[in-house]
Amino acid sequence: MADHKECKHSPVEITRRQALQGLVAGLGVLALPASDASASVWEAFFQKHFRELSKEELAKTLARMGSEYSDEFGKEITVKATPAIEGVRYGYGLDLSRCVGCRRCVYACVEENNQSHDPQIHWIRVVQLDKEKGTALEYAEHYYNPELVPEKGHFYMPIQCQQCDNPPCTKVCPVQATWPEKDGIVVVDYNWCIGCRYCMAACPYGARHFNWAKGKLPAENMNTDTHYLGNRPRPKGVVEKCTFCIQRTREQPGRYPACEEICPVGARKFGNLLDPDGEMRYLIENKRVFILKEELNTQPKFYYFYAT
Amino acid sequence: MKRKLSVVALIVVGLLSFLCLGISEQVQAAKEKYFDRSGRLVVEENPTAESLRPYDVKNRVPDKTFPVPPAPFSEGIFPCSDCHGGMEPNLQRRELEDMHTDIILNHAEGQRWCLDCHNPNDRDVLRLVNGATIPFEESYLLCGQCHGDKLRDWKVGIHGKRTGFWNGEKTFLLCVHCHNPHDPSFKPLKPLPPPVRPGEARH
Amino acid sequence: MKNIWSFFMGTLLLVSKGSKAYYIWVGTLLTIAAFGIMGYIYQLDQGLVVTAMKDQVSWGFYISNFTFLVGVAAAAVLLIIPAYVYHWKPIKEIAVLGELLAISAICMCLMFVTADLGRPERFWHLIPKVGLLNFPQSLLSWDVVVLNIYLFLNLTIAGYILYETYYKRTPNKNFLTPLLLLSIPAAISIHTVTAFLYNGLGARPFWNASILAPRFLASAFCSGPAFMILIFLLIRNYTKFKIKDEAIHKIAELIAYAMFVNLLLFGAEVFKEYYTDSVHLAPLKYLLQGLHGHSALVPWIWTALIFNVTAFFIFLIPESRKNPLTLVLGCIMIFAGVYIEKGMGLVIPGFIPDVLHEIYEYTPTGIEIIISMGIWSLGLLIFTMLLRVGIPILNGDFHVADDGVGSHIGDQLFLVGRQVKDVEDDEKLE
Repeated sequence: MADHKECKHSPVEITRRQALQGLVAGLGVLALPASDASASVWEAFFQKHFRELSKEELAKTLARMGSEYSDEFGKEITVKATPAIEGVRYGYGLDLSRCVGCRRCVYACVEENNQSHDPQIHWIRVVQLDKEKGTALEYAEHYYNPELVPEKGHFYMPIQCQQCDNPPCTKVCPVQATWPEKDGIVVVDYNWCIGCRYCMAACPYGARHFNWAKGKLPAENMNTDTHYLGNRPRPKGVVEKCTFCIQRTREQPGRYPACEEICPVGARKFGNLLDPDGEMRYLIENKRVFILKEELNTQPKFYYFYAT
Repeated sequence: MKRKLSVVALIVVGLLSFLCLGISEQVQAAKEKYFDRSGRLVVEENPTAESLRPYDVKNRVPDKTFPVPPAPFSEGIFPCSDCHGGMEPNLQRRELEDMHTDIILNHAEGQRWCLDCHNPNDRDVLRLVNGATIPFEESYLLCGQCHGDKLRDWKVGIHGKRTGFWNGEKTFLLCVHCHNPHDPSFKPLKPLPPPVRPGEARH
Repeated sequence: MKNIWSFFMGTLLLVSKGSKAYYIWVGTLLTIAAFGIMGYIYQLDQGLVVTAMKDQVSWGFYISNFTFLVGVAAAAVLLIIPAYVYHWKPIKEIAVLGELLAISAICMCLMFVTADLGRPERFWHLIPKVGLLNFPQSLLSWDVVVLNIYLFLNLTIAGYILYETYYKRTPNKNFLTPLLLLSIPAAISIHTVTAFLYNGLGARPFWNASILAPRFLASAFCSGPAFMILIFLLIRNYTKFKIKDEAIHKIAELIAYAMFVNLLLFGAEVFKEYYTDSVHLAPLKYLLQGLHGHSALVPWIWTALIFNVTAFFIFLIPESRKNPLTLVLGCIMIFAGVYIEKGMGLVIPGFIPDVLHEIYEYTPTGIEIIISMGIWSLGLLIFTMLLRVGIPILNGDFHVADDGVGSHIGDQLFLVGRQVKDVEDDEKLE
């Protein structure tokens, strides 16, 4: 072995001192907030989970979001976080003997909930089924586009988030960005979702949709009354889905969801399942009701029925 | 032998008395006056029918009225008595030639005609089968005569378009707001466009 | 401090000097990695819309690669079990190299998952206490935990062994043996958890089969060791590292058994679906025959099956197992076969037909392929660097100098083709 003088000139160019200086400089740059984004970028990045925000933090967050969206879309947009009403569990009824497949619910939902037009996101999917094959989804036609509906021999079934009582999607979220609320609505915190799309793999109804790109919303059609967990404009890379129009239904008095209101044939019913005088209870107790994929034990609150 | 006979007799008497008690209850109900088990005197007028009825016909809950928007009359057509006030009603079933020729009845037209629903003597009201007249704001009662199941569903709120507030004032619409009473079935609509197929989206 | 610095300098010398082949190899990897990084920046800017994934097929090429690589990472266990449990000398020396492969594979897994996330900057949401990890309900949270534990374990074990060997000390068995024994269930756990995260979804009947976790383990024990055999053959040729034939043949034999189990389980799946002929046959039919005119995966899966069966026989028959040509061929076939079968052949049919029985045929876009190749290059680069430092340490060529401070790089620096005495001597060569 040769002698053991310490190596004076290292074969590698940078010295230790230079490396340390570079590292500190890099960290320093990172610590400075960018000039235009200002502190809100940091607030957004470090924002806690919705359920962990204190009242003040929540108010600040809602105000910040409101002003950000207003700047982005050039309109006065408000974001609220109305909590669930006590003693309410929402249920939805879909009268299969009435639905004609006109898809007006689909587009009313798009308008009401600020869904992206490009890439296109629809929270409701209406499928065309054969009367003789029943509700076997293997024969469902998603892209029917005849001149007039309903077509002879077919019936129509809209499918959207079933707001399950035993949701498979909330089980699998690794960061608890989605959870069922007390009033039964399964919600997503768009600022907590990491976009892993495990919930989309888990949903048996295809109810969840991903923002593959930053959504394009025409500002003139925007609904400016938004809810944090519902119809506020979503960033790219997060999952979204039907929220039973949480911005409407949680008000006092509560409005009906947009899809329910627009249906021209009255196929959609909505109400409080816990209200003994309400239409939902009457419907469940008196009509032939079924749910989709019952064997999966998801316990959905979206009840399909035949009124006649 | 004697013992056996007496046992049988006892059983028969027991059964008979059992039956008599049962019958007597019915018989008692058929009486106009009787004492019930607690000793109270009970007087009834049509006892059997009353006791078999599960509801109280004397104290029936009056029909709810539903706040509905005004009936969708064509322009200037109401009040009908403006024209029909002075006319002699022609009860002959026929096809109209002078007026209302735009109305083609496509609704059980084989079994009835205009004046089966419209009151011949006062055109400002509608007529029910039992002879009662109802204003146009309660026309659902007329439809409900044949379409009772729809009327029941409508009253609870599960038939027809529902707007308003789910935990407040629900807006009820008249049948005729959606269904043309003379040609009620919905006509097919043009569907809104299908979703973009995933393979055809951008990129 | 000084000795760590000279160790670091020694490693830099080791990785930066080499033969022409080495430079070409590293240069290619760096180039592909650079393209991959550029592609990823583009994907970060535009969003995941640049991939071919849609709502109907929401996981694609990235997660396919991830699933396959978790299996490769788990396979280090195959080398540890006989080595340490049966005290088998030939494998013991080279088990460390298996762990280095596991480390590189786990790094690739983490990179693939990051590439697939819609909001990668929110990764901190996954850290317990700092974020909100949905443990134990979410299987993905389990995956985060066990993958990191496994990475940490392998880094500790391999790092400790190499560290002690560098300082010409014998690694302490009392510290090492419990960690090694722990790494066996850890390796099984990472792959079982990954299998369970598919398995638990009632919405996807193709995955919702109890047989999925055993299938994962069986195919994992084929792919990783097959890659290791190729690495060992390379190391044997280009370094003075001695790897006995019997070690390699033993590994090949164990791969044969694992492949047998893999094929058996696959056959069981096929029987059950085809015989029952329920609605749930559709995804398997799509994979093996095509469905309603869509058959993009059919040639791939049949290639994979032919590869797997052929390789099985190659490894089963002792003569072909020992023949170097067929051995190499078998290894490549197994690696490719399992890559297809457990990658796209597992993830994509889970989504076709989708839950509402719609068929969207997914084929990866150019960006996905570039990013995936970039990640593979980075992983291979990490593995190359680890080997480049680890092998000289293991065969005694790179160790602390006699003064206990400097580092010594010995006579035969593999792939250099010239001799280098000490670090400081390097200047004289310039």
